[in-house]
Amino acid sequence: MPEKKIRVLIAKPGLDGHDRGAKVIARALRDAGMEVIYTGLRQTPEMIASAALQEDVDVIGLSILSGAHNTICPQLMNLLREKGMSDVTVLVGGIIPEADISGLKKSGIAEIFLPGTSTQEIVDFIHKRVPQG
Amino acid sequence: MSDKPKASTETLTPAETSAPHRQPSGKELDWERNILQPTLAKSPERTHHFTTTSGHPTRRLYTQADLPNWDPDRDLGMPGVPPYTRGIHPTMYRTRLWTMRQFAGFGTAEDTNARFRYLLSQGQTGLSTAFDLPTLMGYDSDHPLSEGEVGKCGVAISSLADMEVLFDKIPLASVTTSMTINSPAAVIWAMYLAVAEKQGADWRKISGTLQNDILKEYIAQKEYIYPPEPSMRLVIDTFEFGVKNTPKFNTISISGYHIREAGSTAIQELAFTLRDGLEYVEWGMRRGLEVDQFVPQLSFFFNAHNDFFEEIAKYRAARRIWHKAMVERFQSSNPRSWGLRFHTQTAGCSLTAQQPYNNVVRTAIQALAAVMGGTQSLHTNSLDEAWALPTEFAATIALRTQQIIAHETGVTNTVDPLGGSYFVETLTNEVERGAWDHIERIDAMGGMVAAIERGYPQREIAEASYRYQMAVEKKEKIIVGVNDFISEEKPLEILQIDETVARRQAERLRKLRAERSQAEVERRLGALRNAAKGNENLMPFIFDAVKAYATLGEICDAMRDVFGTYEEVAIT
Repeated sequence: MPEKKIRVLIAKPGLDGHDRGAKVIARALRDAGMEVIYTGLRQTPEMIASAALQEDVDVIGLSILSGAHNTICPQLMNLLREKGMSDVTVLVGGIIPEADISGLKKSGIAEIFLPGTSTQEIVDFIHKRVPQG
Repeated sequence: MSDKPKASTETLTPAETSAPHRQPSGKELDWERNILQPTLAKSPERTHHFTTTSGHPTRRLYTQADLPNWDPDRDLGMPGVPPYTRGIHPTMYRTRLWTMRQFAGFGTAEDTNARFRYLLSQGQTGLSTAFDLPTLMGYDSDHPLSEGEVGKCGVAISSLADMEVLFDKIPLASVTTSMTINSPAAVIWAMYLAVAEKQGADWRKISGTLQNDILKEYIAQKEYIYPPEPSMRLVIDTFEFGVKNTPKFNTISISGYHIREAGSTAIQELAFTLRDGLEYVEWGMRRGLEVDQFVPQLSFFFNAHNDFFEEIAKYRAARRIWHKAMVERFQSSNPRSWGLRFHTQTAGCSLTAQQPYNNVVRTAIQALAAVMGGTQSLHTNSLDEAWALPTEFAATIALRTQQIIAHETGVTNTVDPLGGSYFVETLTNEVERGAWDHIERIDAMGGMVAAIERGYPQREIAEASYRYQMAVEKKEKIIVGVNDFISEEKPLEILQIDETVARRQAERLRKLRAERSQAEVERRLGALRNAAKGNENLMPFIFDAVKAYATLGEICDAMRDVFGTYEEVAIT
């Protein structure tokens, strides 16, 4: 039996169009053997939660550079809880001030990756966190 | 036996060996044999592959042999005359320095107005406005999709009332203003012109720049609203309106900046930007505009990344390509259409969140490249911009960086100080050739709109950006403080925008909607909607709606009703 691939939804919430980071991560995770779905731009928390449910993903990666993280992340985490998807690992990558990190983690975000993180660190984190097979 | 050095394939980089047309002089061959080879045998070079930031191969040494067919009269020329390699003005910075134009905007119109006035008081010579994401996307501050984004990445402008506050006590008759706005550019420009009119400024004399470059939005920045066809119509409407009413205003700033930030190489930035420029000229002419009437109002905007000489070569090549295209493709006969004028911004994507004070140094070197490349205006990034919008402290250092280059380094004393350098001239030729290759490929696809629909520039950029990231991860490219020379340090003090901005904006909009004549707003929005269904120039209709205090969101919605919206097919 082939090993079940880890399924990841890369999402770009909010109005921002800077998708360089989201695209690089999507490709790097794919190169690392994961199944990656990229939502495209301007996804609301509702759209992201439904896509995650529909695609039955293990991981959601949010790319946020616009400063809207404190609004978007708690909304998404609430929706995931309502849909019974609390076991999905939610990661955030982007520009997040140090002062906001503990609040986001308290809301249920598993990890926050700041500028300068290598794609390998993210791959390793997911492998450690999500059991395969 | 050949007298070519035996070890050459071992010690020469691919760039060296792949230059078949090179015919080195006897002196150069002697040097290679007698000096270079023994040196390399004793101490090999640090790597076999020296490349620019964009991955372009760089030779050890450039000599006359790299410029076999180079004719200084034809290819370099004199400044202020074709092919403009040396700059568009005969005396460049000896007569007038570039415009120091710091991009600024955050919070409400009051907050940004205060920052504008501060920057002008510190010796800045022009304004540049950053709008927040809701404004860029044509939503009012109180729209549900604006939640969490109001005033964060720029200033929130929802109506003429906000614009009046933004430019309060700033004389638009004498200060030139650049506005980074694209999809809703026509609306924001109408608001600006309405403020100028109220101040009593003569439209025929005011100057400034509207970014208004929708093509690069589809390619890179992604702040689009409508599909390409109606979006291009709006752009050409502003060109036409500008020719008639504001002859000194740059109706567009054709931008490579965002293409580069999205991860392109220098050559791709140059090629896609100039091909965008040609696309706008083609669409303008198709509307019936005379090429030499509207092209003098088109301006450009490039990035200044880390690789000093590659950037300088890019600016020099840009001028040469534009001149050639104007004369050969469009039979332009007015020199005012030939000289490519450009703004430069140092590369935001090169700033590191780690050891942020190093960003002052990066920015200074990038800014120096822009100046050596002959920029007309310049924005220098602040050291804290990998984290947030700049504090006043950080923004001041960024402005001072330009002032130091202008007044202390001496690089402004002579025109095109690197002209004639074997390296810079060769690189200029190579960058130009690389850009023409892309331009011709896009021509063959049927132009830039067609190429965008096929995803060509988007795919090229995504590839380049991934290649660069992998090079950084393999440490083929060193980023100080990120993948080498790492050290711990204290977090920076950064500018935080809180949610009171959104509340203040919502309150202001509520008041505006209560006080204006709703019937008049409806009437003018209806007129705009009708005009959008036909072929008329929409600027007068937008201007009318703006003056009745219709909001940005309402005006953009009126056009959404007719034009629909654009969804891209995401390429990863």
